[in-house]
Amino acid sequence: MHPAFSIIVFTTLSGLGYGLASLLGLGLLDPAQPATKVAHAAALALIAGGLVSSTLHLGNPQRAWRALSQWRSSWLSREGVLAVVTFLPLTWSAYLSVFESRWDPVIGVIGTALCAATVFSTSMIYASLKSVDSWHTPWTPASYLGFAAASGMAASAAFGAAGGASLLWPLAGGAAVLVLIAWAIKTGWRKQALRPPLSTPESATGLGHIGKVRQLEPPHMTDNYLTREMGFRVARKHARKLWLIALVMGCGVPAVLLAGLAVFPESAGSTAVLVTLVSVLSLMAGIMVERWLFFAEARHAVMNYYR
Amino acid sequence: MTSLPRHNTPKKLGLVIDLDVCVGCHACVVACKEWNTGGYGSALSDQDPYGAGVSGAWLNRVHGYEVTPDGRDRVVIGEAGDARVVHFPKSCLHCDDAPCVTVCPTGASYKREDDGIVLVDEDKCIGCGLCAWACPYGAREMDLAAGVMKKCTLCVDRIYNETLEEVDRVPSCVRTCPTNARHFGDLADPSSEVSHMVSERGGFDLMPEQGTRPVNKYLPPRPRTPLAASSAPAADDTADATGFFGWVDRMLDRI
Repeated sequence: MHPAFSIIVFTTLSGLGYGLASLLGLGLLDPAQPATKVAHAAALALIAGGLVSSTLHLGNPQRAWRALSQWRSSWLSREGVLAVVTFLPLTWSAYLSVFESRWDPVIGVIGTALCAATVFSTSMIYASLKSVDSWHTPWTPASYLGFAAASGMAASAAFGAAGGASLLWPLAGGAAVLVLIAWAIKTGWRKQALRPPLSTPESATGLGHIGKVRQLEPPHMTDNYLTREMGFRVARKHARKLWLIALVMGCGVPAVLLAGLAVFPESAGSTAVLVTLVSVLSLMAGIMVERWLFFAEARHAVMNYYR
Repeated sequence: MTSLPRHNTPKKLGLVIDLDVCVGCHACVVACKEWNTGGYGSALSDQDPYGAGVSGAWLNRVHGYEVTPDGRDRVVIGEAGDARVVHFPKSCLHCDDAPCVTVCPTGASYKREDDGIVLVDEDKCIGCGLCAWACPYGAREMDLAAGVMKKCTLCVDRIYNETLEEVDRVPSCVRTCPTNARHFGDLADPSSEVSHMVSERGGFDLMPEQGTRPVNKYLPPRPRTPLAASSAPAADDTADATGFFGWVDRMLDRI
């Protein structure tokens, strides 16, 4: 599948934003700290930026509002509706922290639940497509939720460090554990992604009862929308290297740094801020490579007609 | 609503495509483009139409495959090892369980309750492309000029069009096919001509494992004479030449 830049940016940044917002909703950070107030604003900005980015690949973005109408059947529509609804408790929580320096557990937890539901809907857009084998599995929502939680927790640790949180080690340690869990889920996802494909050139043409099928003449001399959109190949060539890069940057570096911070909590202050910041940046870079591979490596059933 | 019709549609209008008869001339491809670029919805645009990288939106494409019989099949389509060419037209299959319809976030994609035709309301389409991802057959292509999704309409603006001669009230691809490889009809009606073809010739679904329950059916290639039985005579053997050619042959031998 073609990895549209806007979709990669959208899913990773909104994942980070929803992850951070959901942890702020649980009241893990002191609402009176200036760093926490910035965290609320940052979460809203990341979510809004991601949503705007997701409209960039539309053919007619001026009609995007129509996408809120079909929530009864379409996961994409559900995602849109949930994204809009989630803004209410998140903005409310942000208002309480920024202007009243307090955290309301009810509004916070409602926000957390809606954040999780929105990320789940995003992932179900992909998981519901039977035409793409590697996406059509419960591992897909699990890994999206895992990465949102891990990046949100890492960002919470960074904002906690910046705000001089008295108990930084649970935040850093929790982030390290969530990073490991997220990549464990992703590794499971990758294992199932290597299953034999559901459809083959033989089943696609219905000629399998005769024998082996191979393409003799494509329908057109040049590429077309289908081969461009569904037949992306660049990253497949380097898939192994990219997967290792994603593992090192997304898992190894942040897990070691965050675990280190949890074990040596006395290294507070600017060191802690620097360590958590590097962890978040490295984690996000790793998740972006992972998301690139999620699209680029996915094989669509229609390509059976072009083999 | 982009939910599918709750019950089976009373009619299932669709195509039956005969893979034995198709010669891969692409007349249906061109006729489809011609009719649909001026009919239902926006024009079917091409990008860089006179350049080296020409491409565009087409609702019907003809692939060419080579299938090598492995001798498993009980009906001998060809001798084991003798490859044969199958020309393979592909357009929307108007599936009963169309995954392209339910994923649509805007309600632009829908399956008609009365005849089962799957259509796109282009005024509602935002061009997100998710329906094209959901379709395992590649039946939908984005029009890059209009930014909306295009697909086979089963020539809905022909088949009910009473201003046309009755013989023309079939999809453009069916009307134009010079070998009669494409047939249009109601596949929900067991007494229709297309239903008879499907039951007599063993019409099949494409990718049944995708669970889409396509309405369009394909008829398999018929058995053919083994290649060995129709091998060309040796070029130098003139033993059976008689009459005038026999005389020419003998005279030329003497010179």
